[in-house]
Amino acid sequence: MTLRLVVIGNGMVGHHFLKQLVGADRFRITLIGGEPHPAYDRVHLSEIFSGKSAADLALASRAEYESAGIDARFGDRAVAIDPVNRTITTEHGSSVPYDRLVLATGSYPFVPPIAGNDLPGCLTYRTLEDLERIRAGAAGARRGTVVGGGLLGLECANALMNLGLETHVVEFAPGLMNVQLDTEGSTMLKRKIEALGIRVHTGTATQAIERAASEEYALTMRFAGAGDSLDTDLIVFSAGIRPHDGLAREAGLIIGERGGIAVSADCVTSDPHIYAIGECAAWQNRIFGLVAPGYRMAEAAAGHLLEEPAPFQGADMSTKLKLLGVDVGSVGDAQGAVEGALAYTFHDPVRQVYKRLNVSADGRKVLGAVLVGDCETYDAVLQYYLNTLPLPGSPEALILPGSELTLPGADSLPESAIICSCLNVTKGAIGAAVSGGCAGVGAVKAETGASTGCGGCGPLLKSIVDAELARLGIEVDTALCPHFRHDRQGLFHICQVEGIRTFDDLLERHGNMRPDGGSRGCEVCKPAVASILASLWNDYVLEKKHAGLQDTNDARLANMQKNGTYSVVPRIPGGEITPDKLIAIGAVAKKYDLYTKITGGQRIDLFGAQLHELPLIWRELIDAGFETGHAYGKALRTVKSCVGSTWCRYGVQDSVGMALTVENRYKGLRSPHKLKMAVSGCARECAEARSKDVGVIATEHGWNLYVCGNGGMRPRHADLFATDLDDETLIRYIDRLLMFYVRTADRLQRTSVWMENLEGGLDYLRQVIIEDSLGIGAELEAQMARVIGSYQCEWAATLEDPERLKKFRTFVNAAGGDDQIVFVRERGQRRPATAEERLLHTDRVEEAS
Amino acid sequence: MTTALPARIEAGVRRRAVLICPEAELVEGSGVAALVDGTQVALFLLRGTDGNRVHAIGNHDPVGDAPVLSRGIVGDVEGEPVVASPLYKQRFSLITGRCLDDADVTVPVYRILLSDGYVYLVR
Repeated sequence: MTLRLVVIGNGMVGHHFLKQLVGADRFRITLIGGEPHPAYDRVHLSEIFSGKSAADLALASRAEYESAGIDARFGDRAVAIDPVNRTITTEHGSSVPYDRLVLATGSYPFVPPIAGNDLPGCLTYRTLEDLERIRAGAAGARRGTVVGGGLLGLECANALMNLGLETHVVEFAPGLMNVQLDTEGSTMLKRKIEALGIRVHTGTATQAIERAASEEYALTMRFAGAGDSLDTDLIVFSAGIRPHDGLAREAGLIIGERGGIAVSADCVTSDPHIYAIGECAAWQNRIFGLVAPGYRMAEAAAGHLLEEPAPFQGADMSTKLKLLGVDVGSVGDAQGAVEGALAYTFHDPVRQVYKRLNVSADGRKVLGAVLVGDCETYDAVLQYYLNTLPLPGSPEALILPGSELTLPGADSLPESAIICSCLNVTKGAIGAAVSGGCAGVGAVKAETGASTGCGGCGPLLKSIVDAELARLGIEVDTALCPHFRHDRQGLFHICQVEGIRTFDDLLERHGNMRPDGGSRGCEVCKPAVASILASLWNDYVLEKKHAGLQDTNDARLANMQKNGTYSVVPRIPGGEITPDKLIAIGAVAKKYDLYTKITGGQRIDLFGAQLHELPLIWRELIDAGFETGHAYGKALRTVKSCVGSTWCRYGVQDSVGMALTVENRYKGLRSPHKLKMAVSGCARECAEARSKDVGVIATEHGWNLYVCGNGGMRPRHADLFATDLDDETLIRYIDRLLMFYVRTADRLQRTSVWMENLEGGLDYLRQVIIEDSLGIGAELEAQMARVIGSYQCEWAATLEDPERLKKFRTFVNAAGGDDQIVFVRERGQRRPATAEERLLHTDRVEEAS
Repeated sequence: MTTALPARIEAGVRRRAVLICPEAELVEGSGVAALVDGTQVALFLLRGTDGNRVHAIGNHDPVGDAPVLSRGIVGDVEGEPVVASPLYKQRFSLITGRCLDDADVTVPVYRILLSDGYVYLVR
């Protein structure tokens, strides 16, 4: 029997619930979402102010819901539940019947009952719309004040800082984050945050908000205590949340002592047909204001519906985060409130680090911890706490800097140990994934979801995967092909260190040689080695010793099309071209009857050239001032640009000029895969730089650098890497980044996959490139300088050498071309004939002869 | 071009041999195309333990349906010399013409003679 299942609310938890039911055809699901758009990632909401878009935060789309067979309705709020007739009424008057109902209505920001809290300039921080209001309010404002010094309040303060406001935080309690930290920890946090320029007012109760008397600011906050006040333009309330339980109250469901819809461990409410999950639900009178427990509730409700019970058992509220660049961690019982608890503390007033470890009276178990300023041992402490592992002889090692003891060994953890607390993945589940065929961290992440939330468990995950692989006796085979046991990176280093300049030399010294002398490499290792040799020594790719290594496109310096003819792409740096050059391209295309099409990279592709025509075509293009566009190579393709400040009303920098600089600098650079770049002249991003390996977007003060994006089969937005760079720094970072990629990436690995596979990902890349943590910055730059210095237009070099031109004969024993290639005309141009069209053509030729 | 094969070569072979080009026109480890009586042939020069050898197969790639095999990358599969089509990478044995990635597909194999620095194809 099909059950009608209605879900009200489409926040992160509601979305997670729906994901649990994908494929369960016992339910016909209707989703009623109050917000106008599908679920988005609220945890990272503040990143809207540091470059992310609403689309980046989206967790779901209407289309996805639709294809999962869910009737999703957005922007029409549920206004009443009739539990007797089992129907829901919506704002727009629809009546929706249900057999089972899931409430995932979430919570709303608590606004303290202060006179004047509804004046213009008083806002909250919860939804995308709230952020838009804050952004609008910040325009023209100088000072912003957050009411609330908890986790969300500080995140909001971060957002105001990012908007360029002088930022104040007002907290009623004596300390910041007083749920997660002890007094010392919160004092240290306050000191660190104040050092960043945020003014913190703790122990301060706001009594009234008024319009300011002065011209300077918009509002005045009056505090308890005579004469205390603060002028500000903007007030954002972030003083905790309250459950959205109004619908449930009116429907007569039982409500918890401190609000929230009372639920059982299966998340069933007092009405057996209705469930409640997430921040609107109260389990044992507790409301959980974090996303992980909400997910557990979603799984509990789904489990109950699917008759695969997964009861909610409370949740670990430990957290680790970076607030305004300050590391803060809190594990279990942070204050040491349990009777007999003992505390180890470590205090470094110079580096401003505070750590506290609470242990049981017998010193055997971790009860909780506070970490401020240094979270390096968070994972270790958390594992000891979650798995109640017996403490080592000297527990202080868990908080002392430089101590040997960090993570408990993968072997010491029980199968039930939760490794990823965001996605609730156990060690057992990771082991099962590895036994099931996942032979690396990447595959395990994709299979289990582990380490795809905050990513904090990455190192531990890797050690468990490695241990599991070793236990199963699986050796990770990274051999490039049957001819080499090394991967591309290994071969790169061998060639570099030993100065190897030919494929045969490399094969002889490091390949798997056959006794019969039959080792010749293959279509995998030959082009890979050719690319390595080109990156290292930048020899002309058609040197005789390299000639047989190149893929056909590289070998003929053109792109082979389906009928064996080639296309030609001259370089048009930055997409800028003079009318004369445009006419020159047109004239060549007309003369050789080439099909002409504009590419996505702001260039012109000329199709249908036979091998023997390529040198003739290039002679004319080079005479007209063109260079090869490397469209055939695993190399820099194009640097797309918008017109920028020279013409555009909105442009803030000369994006065309920068695109020309960048393209002329890196043209000819051979790399593990193709490289695309773009430069936009303002934040409107007309050059679509964020879909490129290297994207540069102009700001008022310089350039923002984005890295590791791509379009294609698996599109990925580039990540913001560094902001407001001057020209010189921008080029230095790109130099280092590209050379580091060339040196360490795998064969045919785009920058995005390369970066995702680097342990430590984007942060690690920043350390290497910006902070030069490996001390190789100068070497990378020098190597890039050598490659740039040895640039040559491969077509110009080819035309100069009669020996090289021999490669461009269609037949070794006959001049001219292949007259069996058949074209037909369509829309005024040539195109390859289809198989049927060729048959007709042959018939006609035979009749004629 | 007339054949100038020495008399030590059997008369029947001499009659059927067509001169293609000087051996120096071929590049070791890669291929060229030749036109023999209107048919396209792909020739490959490979080094062996006892000197160089030339292999010839049909130039037409039956999978990609285009005359391109001479422009593929030469390699070996467990010692058997192969060429990988530049269109969709299927590998063809230079000895048997068999496609290693699709048992139903083969290309013709031609006999080659090397004599006095010239390459001949025997029809």
